[in-house]
Amino acid sequence: MAISLDEVNRIAKLARLSFSDEEKQKLQHELSEILNYVDQLKAVGDKVETETYDADALNLMRDDVAEEMTDPEIFLAQAPAREGKFIKVKSILE
Amino acid sequence: MDFTDLTIKSAAELIAHKKVSAKELAEMSLKRIKEVDDKLHAFLYVAEKESLVQAQNVDEMVIAEGENFSLTGIPYALKDNILYKGMQATAASKILEGYKATYDATIVKKLNEESPVLMGKTNLDEFAMGSSTENSAFGPSRNPFDTSRVPGGSSGGSAVAVASGQVLFALGTDTGGSVRQPASFCGIVGFKPTYGRCSRYGLIALGSSLDQPGVLAKTVEDAAAVLQLMAGSDVHDSTALLKPVPDYSQFLKEDLKGMKIGVPKECFGEGIDPEVKAVIQSAIKKMEEMGGTVSEMSLPHFSLALACYYIILPVEISANLSRYDGIRYPLSIPGQTLEEVYYNTRSQGFGPEPKRRIMIGTYASSAGYFDAYYKKARAAQQLIRKDFIDAFKKFDLIVTPTTPTPAFKFGEKSDPLSMYLADIFTVGLNIAGVPGMSVPAGVTKEGLPVGIQLIANHFAEEKLFHAGHALEKALNLKLKPKL
Repeated sequence: MAISLDEVNRIAKLARLSFSDEEKQKLQHELSEILNYVDQLKAVGDKVETETYDADALNLMRDDVAEEMTDPEIFLAQAPAREGKFIKVKSILE
Repeated sequence: MDFTDLTIKSAAELIAHKKVSAKELAEMSLKRIKEVDDKLHAFLYVAEKESLVQAQNVDEMVIAEGENFSLTGIPYALKDNILYKGMQATAASKILEGYKATYDATIVKKLNEESPVLMGKTNLDEFAMGSSTENSAFGPSRNPFDTSRVPGGSSGGSAVAVASGQVLFALGTDTGGSVRQPASFCGIVGFKPTYGRCSRYGLIALGSSLDQPGVLAKTVEDAAAVLQLMAGSDVHDSTALLKPVPDYSQFLKEDLKGMKIGVPKECFGEGIDPEVKAVIQSAIKKMEEMGGTVSEMSLPHFSLALACYYIILPVEISANLSRYDGIRYPLSIPGQTLEEVYYNTRSQGFGPEPKRRIMIGTYASSAGYFDAYYKKARAAQQLIRKDFIDAFKKFDLIVTPTTPTPAFKFGEKSDPLSMYLADIFTVGLNIAGVPGMSVPAGVTKEGLPVGIQLIANHFAEEKLFHAGHALEKALNLKLKPKL
């Protein structure tokens, strides 16, 4: 299945990616080629077989108790912008 | 003592009998890295200072002479998408340049119970997307058997580091063949556990329903020793199942008596290199001579695995990579608005392959297309999984080539689809969740290694170690690159 340039633009916006016109054309071609390949899945019927699970697999639960976690400072120190104990971002409302 | 001839087992014996110290092993590893890695580029980061400090600490631990710890003091490497606290974890992407891991992956913690010595972080295709390391943002690694060829990927740096004798083992991750395929190209053992055998906590997520950490080692016995420590459940990953881990060393037998081996006819048809086919067929014959019962069989939906994979994986990628937005990790490209920061950071931070896969995944999971792609892929996944489960009612083991060709040249697979096809025999295992191992089976006329892929049922890793060890002993290849 071939996809249009409009589709490429639509997906790029959803994915928060920007491309040059040249890149878009290349992507249009490459994505169409990949989608053509995966089209062989159409041969699979709509009926999904019952999911099979391992009968002796046990669910792993842990007690709901507070634990000592990593020092927040090592996360904060890697953020591009911070203010005190907070990660700083641009305003989201005008 | 030639460091490049050591295995985990032989080095552990030297350490146990105090014939070598951990520090001496680390120094030999660093020396080898200095000698060959300019040419091969296995490492993105060499932990020169850290490894010597760590090795010194190991030597100071009181170890009674003769006491056997399998990994104590053994120099190893980690793929740069596995977290080791305080050390870089770039996933070979510009978007994570400068980032330092804030905690240890569970598999690292488990290994640390025996104190192996970390020598550094290895190269990969960006975010583990690729089969050659050509997608690394920091340049490719090179195959030690022929440096004009790729080492395979995505765990190519880990495979090269082991195959060229820079470390004694390395960890990688395998989402569609990323441990087995480079192991095959580099003439070493590559092991992918059952989905759920090992914790994924602390691996940089690619496809969360497919990812497993894996082992790259020189021998099957070494791979078993590493998995022994890595395997098991984890409070931080509910998909790592609570199931007992058998003592794998008990299964390293030297014959295949009573083992029923299936050979899927789908894996020997069109597109397979004749030399690869010949090597695999002669290895299968060897397995028969060792007492195995070999029969041709069919995995009718196996051929759908790659198509299925290229829907399920990109959908998971598009979700997993949405966290790289210029807010939490060091790279942030400024913009007028918050949205522009997202666009700028992601567009400049990601390379072409992650962008391509984010685009496919976003498309396949977007309104109006979800049923046509993702639902179909999940249906196909059930069929592929059921093929394996049914086959393992009759067989103990299934064998295929690991890859359709030996290592290819740089630039040879420039269009994305031809690169994806390099994983045609390996992706089905991730789709079905079953374990697999690539073991060296021979070489081509040009001297390029060829690996055979052994496949077992869910949580039957011990059968892979049994058959792999027996085959390795019988073939007695001892592949070693000339560098």
